[in-house]
Amino acid sequence: MRSTRYLLSFKTRRNLIGYLFVLPALIFFVVFVLLPLGLSVYLSFFRTDMFFSEMEFIKFANYTRVFHDKLYWTSVRNILVYTVMAVPLNVAFSLLLAALVNSKLKGVKVFRVLYYLPSVTSAVAASTVWLWLMNPGYGLLNTMLDAVGLPSATWLSHSSSALFSVTLVTVWQGVGANMVIFLAALQNMPAQVYEAARIDGANKFTIFFRMTLPLIAPTMFFILTMTLIGAFQLYDQVYVLTSGGPANSTMTPVYLIWQNSFGTNAGPQAGYAAAQSFVLFVMIMAVTIVVRRLDRDNTK
Amino acid sequence: MQQAIVYDGQAARDRTRRIVKSVLGKTALYLVMALIALSMVLPFYWSFVTSVRAESEILRLPVTLWPQTFTAAHYRYVFDTIPFMRMFLNSVAVTAIGMFTNLFFGSLAAYAFSKIRFSGHKVIFNIMLMSMMIPGVITLIPTFFVLLRFPLAGGNNILGQNGAGFYDSLAAVVLPGAIGVYGIFFMRQFFASLPDDLAESARLDGANEFLIFFRIYLPLVVPGLMTLGIFTFQSGWNNFMWPNIVLQSPDNQLLTMAFKFFKTPTEVNFGPLMAISLMMAAPVLVLFVLMQKYFIQGVALGGVKD
Repeated sequence: MRSTRYLLSFKTRRNLIGYLFVLPALIFFVVFVLLPLGLSVYLSFFRTDMFFSEMEFIKFANYTRVFHDKLYWTSVRNILVYTVMAVPLNVAFSLLLAALVNSKLKGVKVFRVLYYLPSVTSAVAASTVWLWLMNPGYGLLNTMLDAVGLPSATWLSHSSSALFSVTLVTVWQGVGANMVIFLAALQNMPAQVYEAARIDGANKFTIFFRMTLPLIAPTMFFILTMTLIGAFQLYDQVYVLTSGGPANSTMTPVYLIWQNSFGTNAGPQAGYAAAQSFVLFVMIMAVTIVVRRLDRDNTK
Repeated sequence: MQQAIVYDGQAARDRTRRIVKSVLGKTALYLVMALIALSMVLPFYWSFVTSVRAESEILRLPVTLWPQTFTAAHYRYVFDTIPFMRMFLNSVAVTAIGMFTNLFFGSLAAYAFSKIRFSGHKVIFNIMLMSMMIPGVITLIPTFFVLLRFPLAGGNNILGQNGAGFYDSLAAVVLPGAIGVYGIFFMRQFFASLPDDLAESARLDGANEFLIFFRIYLPLVVPGLMTLGIFTFQSGWNNFMWPNIVLQSPDNQLLTMAFKFFKTPTEVNFGPLMAISLMMAAPVLVLFVLMQKYFIQGVALGGVKD
């Protein structure tokens, strides 16, 4: 009886309503994710400026140029060095923090809040403050080094130390968020496993490396992947702290792409920057896939 | 008797050793934690101190940890040199709209994905999920292209030509992030945890699906909405790169871009810079202190893999 009340079958109605509900999200997904993805390849075949006023089809010329562009590969080398410094530091330190604040000590919640505090603020605000802390002449960091009898550091002002200084800032700001993810994973661990191990006389290090680490491996790989993808796209901090200098020592691919398409180099370079983006995209995806493969082998 | 006394003494010694060891261990732990906490908080303290001390004190040696004179001059300078209120309101508008669209349309889609199960819902959801792994840099230039050539926007014709599209308008900041995949993914977890037959009787009574979503299911995922709301607030408020690309005119700037007025290639003015960083961070910091539970839950839920 009921079915005759409706023009459409139950299944068709359900499908219609379902699509109606996801339609707004789907439209935005197509227009601002899928379409740009397709366009990213298309635009990289043109010589054009950021307003795309004149578009000249030049086939693979932008890509040939990418492979001969010394500055681009300097930026790639920089970001690899940065990633090798920042990602392990970030993961190890956030795991250490999580282990520290996972205890039942009094006041441990206050420490959780304090450690997370830097993650709340913007990269711009944090970098501005660190620019001042790292000021060679009047900065607090050199004042502190001086107070304990150590020589001043050049921080951001010299090409030998600038990239490491940027790393310090991003790790300082990034560990809080990862700590919280690790903490959630640690708190999800079954308590009995620990009890059994402790009764068997296993010490803290054995417990940590033999039991905790394997159990939180999925979380570890998740954090590793996200931190890697983020690290490869370093931009905000470089913009505020160094503008890619001194002597291109902190020039990152994304900063260079921005310079070529929208920034100070902006000429008819947007198509070229699109090609630079695509090459970077391929490199990031390759690294991501390797990490995921490791994750899969690990969970097998 | 004798034996019992020996036993007791041994136990007491053991106990004392254990207590001493645990007190020492605890003290060391607290010391380490406090030292780390200090390094996390010190930059905030230093920006505050710098923002309230006189200009002459900022660039003077030796550096003192506490200001000799307090002044509001740097804050006044910020208000006098840049359209601060305008930037603040722009940031509020962009963030608030982004929160609303992400929460509402994100929940709507998430509900459909987990409770309506229309044909193809799995495929569509998985495609969206995969896109979360795509590094944002690849869409930078093409998204600019899409906004610039948007049909019928900003003087454009139907083919997206002859005008500036959404370039240099707040819409250019709002639109690309209006309905994020992350929000859909996040809210879906909440809807999935609710039973399917919650609305069975309402459905039999012929209640329409939108009311079932809005009246029955949505109120049950309010904690999720709070968390996602804070998340979108934080990322919207702190956003710099994209606004810095698409916004041009002084009246369209956001708060995160304000530092550019006090840090030029030739001059860095630290007093106002510290004042602006603190004012930029203040709303998020206040919100964090008030609602830390949701902040932390958000990060944790987003990261834990099933």
